[in-house]
Amino acid sequence: MTSTAPSTTDAINAAARRIAAAGESAPRPARDPVNQPMVNNWVEAIGDRNPVYTDPEFAETSVHGGIVAPPAMAQVWTMGGLHPQRAPDDPLHGMMAELDAAGFTSVVATNSEQTYHRYLRPGEHVSVTTRLESVVGPKRTRLGEGWFVTTRSTWYVGDEAVTEMLFRVLKFRPSTASTVSTSASAGESASAVSTSASAGGSTSEASTLDNPAPPRAAVIKPVRSRDTAFFWDGTAAGELRIQRCGACGRLRHPPGPMCPACGSTSPEYLVAAGRGEVYSYVVHHHPPMPGRETPFVVALVELPEGVRVLGELLDVPPDDVRVGMPVEVTFLPVDDDITLPAWRPVREGS
Amino acid sequence: MTGINGAAAIAGIGATEFSKDSGRSELRLAAECVRAALADAGLTPSDVDGLVTFTMDTNTEVAVARELGIPELSFFSRIHYGGGAACATVQQAAMAVATGMAEVVVCYRAFNERSGQRFGRVQTAVAQQPTSSGVDNGWHYPMGLGTPAAMVAMFARRYMHTYGATSEDFGRVAVADRRHAATNPHAWFYGRPITLADHQASRWIAEPLRLLDCCQESDGGVALVVTSAERARDLPHPPALVRAAAQGSGADQFVMTSYYRDDLTGLPEMGVVARQLWAQAGIGPDDVQVGLLYDHFTPFVLVQLEELGFCPRGEARHFLADGAIELGGRLPLNPHGGQLGEAYIHGMNGIAEAVRQVRGSAVNQVDGVEHVLVTAGTGVPTSGLVLGRDG
Repeated sequence: MTSTAPSTTDAINAAARRIAAAGESAPRPARDPVNQPMVNNWVEAIGDRNPVYTDPEFAETSVHGGIVAPPAMAQVWTMGGLHPQRAPDDPLHGMMAELDAAGFTSVVATNSEQTYHRYLRPGEHVSVTTRLESVVGPKRTRLGEGWFVTTRSTWYVGDEAVTEMLFRVLKFRPSTASTVSTSASAGESASAVSTSASAGGSTSEASTLDNPAPPRAAVIKPVRSRDTAFFWDGTAAGELRIQRCGACGRLRHPPGPMCPACGSTSPEYLVAAGRGEVYSYVVHHHPPMPGRETPFVVALVELPEGVRVLGELLDVPPDDVRVGMPVEVTFLPVDDDITLPAWRPVREGS
Repeated sequence: MTGINGAAAIAGIGATEFSKDSGRSELRLAAECVRAALADAGLTPSDVDGLVTFTMDTNTEVAVARELGIPELSFFSRIHYGGGAACATVQQAAMAVATGMAEVVVCYRAFNERSGQRFGRVQTAVAQQPTSSGVDNGWHYPMGLGTPAAMVAMFARRYMHTYGATSEDFGRVAVADRRHAATNPHAWFYGRPITLADHQASRWIAEPLRLLDCCQESDGGVALVVTSAERARDLPHPPALVRAAAQGSGADQFVMTSYYRDDLTGLPEMGVVARQLWAQAGIGPDDVQVGLLYDHFTPFVLVQLEELGFCPRGEARHFLADGAIELGGRLPLNPHGGQLGEAYIHGMNGIAEAVRQVRGSAVNQVDGVEHVLVTAGTGVPTSGLVLGRDG
């Protein structure tokens, strides 16, 4: 198991302070007002037969004097639908992104504590805000080393707070030595999600506040052949390996079994320095791509070693990408077998 | 002149309607368009002894033969690489006819590409085949590059960077196609032209490609009857002679992702096709009156104009800006509306339009047609044809 370097810890703590200091995100209104059809579906799915949620005549005789919505539905009203558009100032997502970049790529929900100030009634229109409460770590857990990220969300009707929720996740780096698979442990809890679960982003929405990191397991995985295994072994080890002919020394990417220059079948590799320049790029908007949220950037990067390597370009707004932009390699673990190479802008002083 | 020039001709064309939901099986579409093409040629299923289609077609030659009641086949062949196969089906048929392997060969392509499996979606399965193609796709799909539009966009961005082309330059191709489609009753976009402003207002699909840079997705089928020039002269329509037919693959070729060549601003595989076409036909770009250039995505139309020699490298945007590809221009392009305007039948509807232009029966007929140039899918190993008038 690798442990976290002090500089990484400092960077995560700094990011947490920055995001926490930004305070509450802008209010995000629910797509629809509180409405009976959604209540009907929800109580049916949950198995709650209390007629105060569905039967007007009964509800009128109750302490509420009319139909009310189940308080636990608070989060339902502000879900983003099948294709959620996440607010740019969403603090949970921002923190997840920081931890992803630091290698803490898996997530499991640990706490969800809701406080109901009053019942909601059909026709009321709620909005939600979220702030980052704390980020604590690194902690050693059975799942792997990770950080507990706690957010607090508040649902409002107008200026009146109606519901609050404390939500905590463990964002962790999967322990390779552990026999506990992240997907198995996630399955033990109805409120847990894991990047190793095969569920798509839309299903994880139900159990996390606002759809944190897209589940990387949904990413299309490359076919490993005998000719290309060295490359994927390299990315898993944090190396960008470029095939080099064992006979004539020619570099080649993508790799293959026979040198097209000299015919040798004795390939070796070198480890690239990991820097390059954007040779061309695409901003993908449509259609949806498994395991990614649109828009995202894919860049073809030319290395000083003389080959080009394609990968997602992270940590830069699409409009800021330029041909010729200096970038450096980073690695995105998908699962135990596959780590993808990706790119990010060269950082000052790095 | 080399061997193929003038040996064979397209004697019949047939198609289903072009729609977004055919409501019937792909095999039925294939059977319908083949039957229509045979009727157009004045032939019957019992005259057919050869069938050619794409490897991507889901209708086997024997299944089509069964539906048509074609008794025996002495020649059957499939061409690979998606839309790059289109013109090569005719090349295969012409070679079979010229060498006596078959007398009447029907080329067909039929699919429910819109209501069934859509090529514009991310096709996860193709990245996970245990084949060399699967390995190739593993350098792109997992990294988020998983649609044809995005794969072309990577080339387009570099082309813009190198030559100063703009989104508007790409848009002029779409505007011309849609203007031509607007007067073609068989086109999906019949009566619905667009302006350059419409193009510029259309949403991003994969920057720098907008929605209106991307061809439609269509249901339908097209078939072409190829026989010897000699026999074609006895059939109802004037023959569209195969003056040249070629395939091409370039150095360090990939399928849609040839990103590792020195230069990303050309389509060397189309250059391979072009050299053969001009040599076989004994003509050059100045001798062509109509172009049916494959237009699944607009940027590659510009690159094709350069590879085929209609203008110098990097200057297609000036060629377009001068109105050259409109009806009445230097090279009227896709008078049927192309795949952006008429339908996306994997390039086969472009060949049918080329035949109509040679016959003089097209709805947007160009005057004085002697030679028509047709190309197949771009970004992939591809093919091309020159069709010409008899005599």
